[in-house]
Amino acid sequence: MTDTRDADIPIRRKVQEKTKAADRGGPAQPLVIARDLKCHFPVRKGVFNRKATAVRAVDGVSFTVEKGETLGIVGESGCGKSTTARLLVGLTGLNAGDLIFDGDRLGEDLSLKELWDGVQMVFQDSYASLNPRLTIEETIAFGPKMRGVASGAARRLSHELLERVGLAPGRFAGRYPHELSGGQRQRVNIARSLAMKPRLVILDEAVSALDKSVEAQVLNLLKELKDEFGLTFVFISHDLNVVRYISDRIMVMYLGEVVEIGPVGSVWDKRAHPYTAALFAAMPSMDPDNRTEVPPLLGDPPNPIDPPSGCRFHTRCPFAESVCSAAKPKIVAVDGAQGHEAACHMLDPVSGHSKSAGGAHLEAAE
Amino acid sequence: MSTTIDTKTVKANPRPAAEEAPAKSKGYWHGVGARLIRDPVSMICAGLLALLLGAVVFAPLLPLADPFTGSMVSRLKPIGTEGHILGTDELGRDMFARLIYGGRLTLMLGLLPVAFAFAIGTCLGVLAGYVGGWLNTAIMRTVDVFFAFPSILLAIAISGALGAGIVNSLVSLTIVFIPPITRVAESVTASVRSLEYVDAARISGAHPLTVVRVHVLGNVMSPIFVYATSLTSVSMILAAGLSFLGLGVKPPEPEWGLMLNTLRTAIYIDPVLAALPGAMIFLTSLCLNLLSDGLRSAMNIKD
Repeated sequence: MTDTRDADIPIRRKVQEKTKAADRGGPAQPLVIARDLKCHFPVRKGVFNRKATAVRAVDGVSFTVEKGETLGIVGESGCGKSTTARLLVGLTGLNAGDLIFDGDRLGEDLSLKELWDGVQMVFQDSYASLNPRLTIEETIAFGPKMRGVASGAARRLSHELLERVGLAPGRFAGRYPHELSGGQRQRVNIARSLAMKPRLVILDEAVSALDKSVEAQVLNLLKELKDEFGLTFVFISHDLNVVRYISDRIMVMYLGEVVEIGPVGSVWDKRAHPYTAALFAAMPSMDPDNRTEVPPLLGDPPNPIDPPSGCRFHTRCPFAESVCSAAKPKIVAVDGAQGHEAACHMLDPVSGHSKSAGGAHLEAAE
Repeated sequence: MSTTIDTKTVKANPRPAAEEAPAKSKGYWHGVGARLIRDPVSMICAGLLALLLGAVVFAPLLPLADPFTGSMVSRLKPIGTEGHILGTDELGRDMFARLIYGGRLTLMLGLLPVAFAFAIGTCLGVLAGYVGGWLNTAIMRTVDVFFAFPSILLAIAISGALGAGIVNSLVSLTIVFIPPITRVAESVTASVRSLEYVDAARISGAHPLTVVRVHVLGNVMSPIFVYATSLTSVSMILAAGLSFLGLGVKPPEPEWGLMLNTLRTAIYIDPVLAALPGAMIFLTSLCLNLLSDGLRSAMNIKD
């Protein structure tokens, strides 16, 4: 009778039974601890390719990802969101900092190959992320086969996953990527990442290139899959509404640094950092009478090759004072919310900023 | 007992894939072939080349005159002479037979160096493009040195250093064609390398060689192949040039370039006859070039 039961086991169970990177740290251990991640891309010059300077794409980013949550990362283009994503899957090498996956430090307790047993990624460009010369069945089955799954079993798994992401395997398995629409291709990408039985899936602008109705379908699919497969998501997007919909916590990045991180509701309501406030104000309103008349921020972000001193946002911040260009703000708790932190002198009572709690106190004393 | 369980299993987990015939899309090469067949220019060129190749390969089986025996009495007979369709050369040997037999060496010297250079250059270029960094610099800068010389000069220099002979001209031509193929392979690989499906393959934990074999080679091969096809005509002309200079094939062996050289002296007696080997070189390389153009558009997957 065991045979009968085996047939009824949902894919999730089958997937989990075979998972090599099983939960080791327990529920209290964050799935990912990123500590002071740095990634600098060298800018080479001259005949001998000497390193002239470096683009500081990610410059001292620290955060944690709890088991089972969705962490949304938002920010302008060029703020280091995608580089952070690539650092998390080890596609780009770290210059400094620690990446700890379920208690194991990458490079010490954990090899890249072992990291890839637990972390997978869904890329933004659904076309460029599928090999044009492989059928989608071959694309999905490639990863499991590389792990030693027999090709027949890998093919069956790919059919089950195609079914699960809403593509009938009978119609789609033998097709090539250019024969699919953007939404269908992104479903294939999701199925490909699930075939690797990951615990953490990094979604780098995974729905940004899709039109709104398809985007909604894929988002709902992602939510379902997350519960069904017990996944943890890091969700990167420039679309704040999408991030709000899917995330438990939000991390706001600016010029390679974290400026604010916290539970989605708290960040949405408080917007403690002036950059967060500006970013959210830039969202188009659904109400035609409530048009955005004044641009919340002017100009482009400064050059990450030579970032501004002190607080990196001080060149564009409406509240900038001398302390902002002199000292780097500490990450401080935003009061009233559990786990909500921001890096702004105005929130730090001892920073000396006139609008900070300490500054207000001084003003009152005068 | 076991049979009942089996039927239950099937009922519990119906698999639509097994029931429907999978709508397997036609393979890539099938599509390329279908597009190529619809292109009349390519088909004419392919036909001519196939005819030539067939004649050249099966030359000993064809009712041809002996290309080596001449006759002092019937020297430089014009085209259309009885018994010699295309006339005779300066030693009275049948031109038609010599052109067919000459095609053997000329085509071999056109195709083999390119084939060798294609294999070596693709390996070097893919390696340089995929690994990048210092290895890329080392390979590509070495290759750049060869670009300092015009290809004909390089071929002459290497052949001259190695000495005359078929094998040596094969070697020299191979060396001449490795740099351009390496460069094309490197640039195509570097662009494919940056695509996300290569990243996706890497994070599947596959061995780098497997990633290259499955995800890179298949996607870089067609542009390199098309480029190499276009080089075969250049190779043929260079080989003919080497023979013309006395660095390649030695008389009395028939070879188009060598024939062009020896008939050069007869240009005032019968210019049409003297131009025949040149016409063969021209026709063959034109066909190869047009075919590689057709192949290029047929291989473009997005059309």
